Amino acid sequence: MNDVVLSNIEKTVLSDYKYGFVTNIRADEAPMGLNEDIVRFISAKKNEPQWMLEWRLKAFRQWLKMEEPVWANVKFPPINYQDIIYYSAPKQRPSLNSVDDIDPELKRTFDKLGISLDEQKRISGVAVDVVVDSVSIATTFKEQLSKLGIIFCSISEAIQKHPDLVKKYMGSVVPATDNYFAALNSAVFSDGSFCFIPKGVRSPMELSTYFRINAENTGQFERTLIVAEEGSYVSYLEGCTAPMRDENQLHAAVVELVAHEKAEIKYSTVQNWYPGDKEGKGGIYNFVTKRGICLGDHSKISWTQVETGSAITWKYPSVILKGNHSIGEFYSVAVTNNHQQADTGTKMTHIGKNTKSRIVSKGISAGVSNNSYRGLVHINKNASNSRNFSQCDSLLLGDKCGAHTFPYIEVKNNSSIVEHEATTSKIGEDQVFYCNQRGIDTETAVALIINGFAKEVMNQLPMEFAVEAQKLLAISLEGSVG
Amino acid sequence: MLKIENLHAGIEGKKILKGINLEIKAGEVHVIMGPNGSGKSTLASVLAGRENYEVTEGSVEYMGKELLDMSPEDRAREGVFLAFQYPVEIPGLSTTNFMKTAVNEIRKYHGQEPLDAVAFLRMMKEKMALVNIDQSLLSRPLNEGFSGGEKKRNEIFQMAMLQPKLAIMDETDSGLDIDAIRIVSDSVNKLHNKDNAVLLVTHYQRLLDYIIPDFVHVMYNGRIVKSGPKELALELEEKGYDFIKNEIDVAEEA
Ligand SMILES: Nc1ncnc2c1ncn2[C@@H]1O[C@H](COP(=O)(O)OP(=O)(O)OP(=O)(O)O)[C@@H](O)[C@H]1O
Ligand SMILES: [Mg+2]
Repeated sequence: MNDVVLSNIEKTVLSDYKYGFVTNIRADEAPMGLNEDIVRFISAKKNEPQWMLEWRLKAFRQWLKMEEPVWANVKFPPINYQDIIYYSAPKQRPSLNSVDDIDPELKRTFDKLGISLDEQKRISGVAVDVVVDSVSIATTFKEQLSKLGIIFCSISEAIQKHPDLVKKYMGSVVPATDNYFAALNSAVFSDGSFCFIPKGVRSPMELSTYFRINAENTGQFERTLIVAEEGSYVSYLEGCTAPMRDENQLHAAVVELVAHEKAEIKYSTVQNWYPGDKEGKGGIYNFVTKRGICLGDHSKISWTQVETGSAITWKYPSVILKGNHSIGEFYSVAVTNNHQQADTGTKMTHIGKNTKSRIVSKGISAGVSNNSYRGLVHINKNASNSRNFSQCDSLLLGDKCGAHTFPYIEVKNNSSIVEHEATTSKIGEDQVFYCNQRGIDTETAVALIINGFAKEVMNQLPMEFAVEAQKLLAISLEGSVG
Repeated sequence: MLKIENLHAGIEGKKILKGINLEIKAGEVHVIMGPNGSGKSTLASVLAGRENYEVTEGSVEYMGKELLDMSPEDRAREGVFLAFQYPVEIPGLSTTNFMKTAVNEIRKYHGQEPLDAVAFLRMMKEKMALVNIDQSLLSRPLNEGFSGGEKKRNEIFQMAMLQPKLAIMDETDSGLDIDAIRIVSDSVNKLHNKDNAVLLVTHYQRLLDYIIPDFVHVMYNGRIVKSGPKELALELEEKGYDFIKNEIDVAEEA
């Protein structure tokens, strides 16, 4: 009889993706496939300086010699990199002076997604950069930020207007040839966000980028670079969605964070790419390289991610703790349902003395999905008195899904302490019944239990997004919408 | 209010309840006693709608409706409350949040607007005072790491919040210290009125020093084998269950 109740829970676990619509906008696209000409095409489209093109080409030539990694605990048919369109931009006026110039159809798209590009209508205190397919289409609150010396714009614009900063920092954390997908991204990245917080400035608002894949057969390769100068602070959030399509689409992004002395960067992600249908057809391959470096003493980088979408997620937001007394954090909730696969975690590399890192990973699996935590804590010989604490919990809904933990620990000195805790639990029929007995239906009960499980991570999200993210968790695991 | 007729129920083919008959009217307090394993908690679970118990025969009329046809959450929304013998833990979910969801789900069912934060907090404060429970306990994850007594007190608090018509309390007095028993009984007495009813499952007559029942029933081997006034509890305490068992066994052999 236990089975009956469990399948009741499972019934409520069927996901409905509500961001799956396609917007009809005319697009400016590159021909399908990948070769040096495509790299040149993208660079030319963006009117890039020669050095940028050289950088891309170097990455591309390296990429040709590299092989797709196979160590992740995920399975997918071989990707044909010649079947992808590497550049697609919504057609519109060449340059926009304000958000008001955006194609109204696109604007409506974002209204549907709950993101208003109208500065007046936006939740106060959040500036957004919007990237559709390959290009950034709008950045809000630019002027207000620039008064403080904060640069927040698309990476394409940064290459034009702030080449020195881009030259100095791009590839400094994730080298162009770091790994297969990073190299691919370095060759063909088409847009992304750039943000620079000058010395001593605390950003007065959340900065955020919203990514949307719209066009068919395209890959999305964005690059984000955030530099926080001495004593500055920024909280940054990215969100993403994509239409429902039967074929898989590739998303291979690179994010680099640089925190100078006493600077703090808080980076939050709410990832909701299309996960594929219930039979596992379609969905985004989310192969992302995210890394930050705590360059200066007493600096801090904190990653928070809520991963509910994508057919496959392959992502390890990491921190290199170079400065003494620097702090790295990783808070993650990864939900997999139906046929989704996630292999995600972090890498904390302790180089400076007295460095600290904290890892809190919560994996939730349902359906026939597979959810893996993979983490590496490396403490160098010279990183004396360093500490790490890791907590990896898995929650299973039903008994056809999998949860796995691969924690690797390397400690090269004996004054450092590393602690690791892990648990695996199931949503109990008794927990659901207890909620039912208080007048709460099974769907809401599952949402309560899941949000309780994920609470420590959700608490890290900026207020404005915590509620959204909670809803998203519930939605990706339940039949209900909203 | 509640009329149980010839109720048979079991689990995985095993028969546990073998023909329960019991009527409870508004304003009454009923007590069920009986040896371990006689089916008291099973009866409570079946009334609350736990799905892994299978009802094979009988009916339960509650406020003019067939209770057994209702989902567990609808039973709760219609005023059936079960204080669990073993309250469940839900990590990361505070009692406060849990109750806020419960109260508002029940209100929604009755076509009422959800309580806003202020009104809800006011209600919390009032009930906290009534059952003498500490705020700090309610901010902690539901029942996680609670002592046995704290869990039971939390059940009473939830009961106060939800103001049920029929409160089924499964050994809520077990594991409580003497002061706590008094507090719990006081709360029950304060919450009890002519429009609601209480069904108490207990092993101890001492609870009945504080809560005066209208009827005491003895359950044995899935049946109510003896009912009487509150003095029956005293008799049980004195003589143990053996005298009843003997009576039954003799009767069955005949
Ligand atoms: N899930 C179950 N699986 C198998 N047997 C069960 C299950 N639940 C109850 N039973 C059995 O049914 C009988 C009655 O159990 P129940 O919990 O109702 O007794 P009780 O009268 O409440 O006892 P106690 O006074 O010890 O709380 C017991 O023999 C018990 O083992
Ligand atoms: Mg019992």
